[in-house]
Amino acid sequence: MIKLSKIAHSRAGDKGNILMLSLIPFEEKDYEWLLREVTAEKVKAHLSHLIKGEVIRYEIPGIHALQFTCYQALGPGVTTSLALDAHGKSLSYALLEMEIE
Amino acid sequence: MKKSIRIGSGAGFSGDRIEPALILTEKGNLDYLVLECLAERTIALAQKQKQINPSLGYDPLLERRIEGLLPLLVKHRTRLVTNMGAANPLAAGNKIIEIAKKQGLKVKVAVVHGDDVLSLLDPEENCLETGLPLQSHGKIVSANAYLGIDTLLPALQSEADIILTGRVADPSLFLAPMVHEFSWNSNNPVLMGKGTVIGHLLECAGQITGGYFADPVSKPVDGLENLGFPFADILDNGTATISKVPGTGGKVSVQTAKEQLLYEVIDPSKYITPDVVADFREVKIDQIENDTIQISGGSGKPKPEKLKVSVGYEAGFVGEGEISYAGAHALERAKLAGVIIEKRIGHLYPEFRIDYIGLNSLHGTDFGNSPIPYEIRLRVSGKSKDQKTAALIGEEVEALYTNGPAGGGGARKSVRELLGVVSVLMDRNKVKTTFEILES
Repeated sequence: MIKLSKIAHSRAGDKGNILMLSLIPFEEKDYEWLLREVTAEKVKAHLSHLIKGEVIRYEIPGIHALQFTCYQALGPGVTTSLALDAHGKSLSYALLEMEIE
Repeated sequence: MKKSIRIGSGAGFSGDRIEPALILTEKGNLDYLVLECLAERTIALAQKQKQINPSLGYDPLLERRIEGLLPLLVKHRTRLVTNMGAANPLAAGNKIIEIAKKQGLKVKVAVVHGDDVLSLLDPEENCLETGLPLQSHGKIVSANAYLGIDTLLPALQSEADIILTGRVADPSLFLAPMVHEFSWNSNNPVLMGKGTVIGHLLECAGQITGGYFADPVSKPVDGLENLGFPFADILDNGTATISKVPGTGGKVSVQTAKEQLLYEVIDPSKYITPDVVADFREVKIDQIENDTIQISGGSGKPKPEKLKVSVGYEAGFVGEGEISYAGAHALERAKLAGVIIEKRIGHLYPEFRIDYIGLNSLHGTDFGNSPIPYEIRLRVSGKSKDQKTAALIGEEVEALYTNGPAGGGGARKSVRELLGVVSVLMDRNKVKTTFEILES
């Protein structure tokens, strides 16, 4: 098992209560590996305590990257959330805590 | 007609640093400088300011930014495109003219009107996020349509040195000068898509030059204290190179650009702006020199028929209080403090939250891999319609000094008004935009 933080980087974005997490391998050859191992279901399970809605995975082959768009993931939404990190900006590193085969 | 133009990005949000924009304008040899200064909630905040003082309601840093930039913009014949007008573009324009006169500079400012659609709003309409009527969320304070390039182009065709707007879609601030200079057909979705990709990469300024990217272990970036902001050299075929001023800190790489390309994108095959539904899936990013990358391959489908409108509403008040514990049983003492506060006042708040900073306040868990930290900070927050009730949270946390567990230190309290934002769609032809020229 290996932590995603060893093989990929990520940036978090937000719109309302939608959280987006990119997943970008340091080495482009690892894109196929991530494609196989990091499914939307696994991301939803990994962050199930935060994400109340569905997770959709988008493939961006031009840059060898994945995008996970997570619905109902930021409480009532960025502008009215009580969370310390209302935007979820730190959550890129929560995704990178996931371990894969 | 030009074959190539250079656009710099001098601000990625309202509170962004000013110095990198000065360096970019002085040394960047720019045709255009864009300052993107409006987050989702910024206009609602600005509208509240305008209600208190009708000559305010524009970007709070406008004066400082313009005082520094104006002599450089005039000297280098660089045009400025910015949404610093926020809720009051006319007052912002008047302020710029006042600064220009004080500095003895001749400038023309095109002030763009029409994004404020509060009077056109149907408060009974259901919002996109919750499906509930707009007015059910709270008292509505602002409604601003995301305008596109069709609003900016007439202003660019004037002789104005500065194009000043309220709400405009961020990438449109960059796409408009491209369409203007290259005489692109704005009904060509592929070109609009290519230009939007470039605009999207630039719109957060330092986020493509190493800011919000650096990690000293996995993604080291040198010279962040002197982070340079980006510029793009765009060709009339819609390809571009992105770089930064030599000697500034940070880095422009395939990695920094990949992260920014996907930033805040819900669906990379359908990035919706007022100008195009852009497709990012086949974008290519190549490193052609140190700190210089080439961008190609963006595409798009025709623009949407409706414009997105952000609606700001009064959402009550948030009170917060924090206090720290360290050493033996720090977490137990922090938890006892949390229980005390919850028992004393927790029932007063429809939303109430206790976090242990240092343990799980950001991710809601430690994913089972962190030992108990030596020190811990309790954070209590709650929401109330009433300011005094919200303020009580900080007061009670502060009172833990003498009424709570041993060794609590560093208490802080705050209360702030909360402005929520929801959105609706509006027919384009309902939104009428104009511009006026102010001269110093």
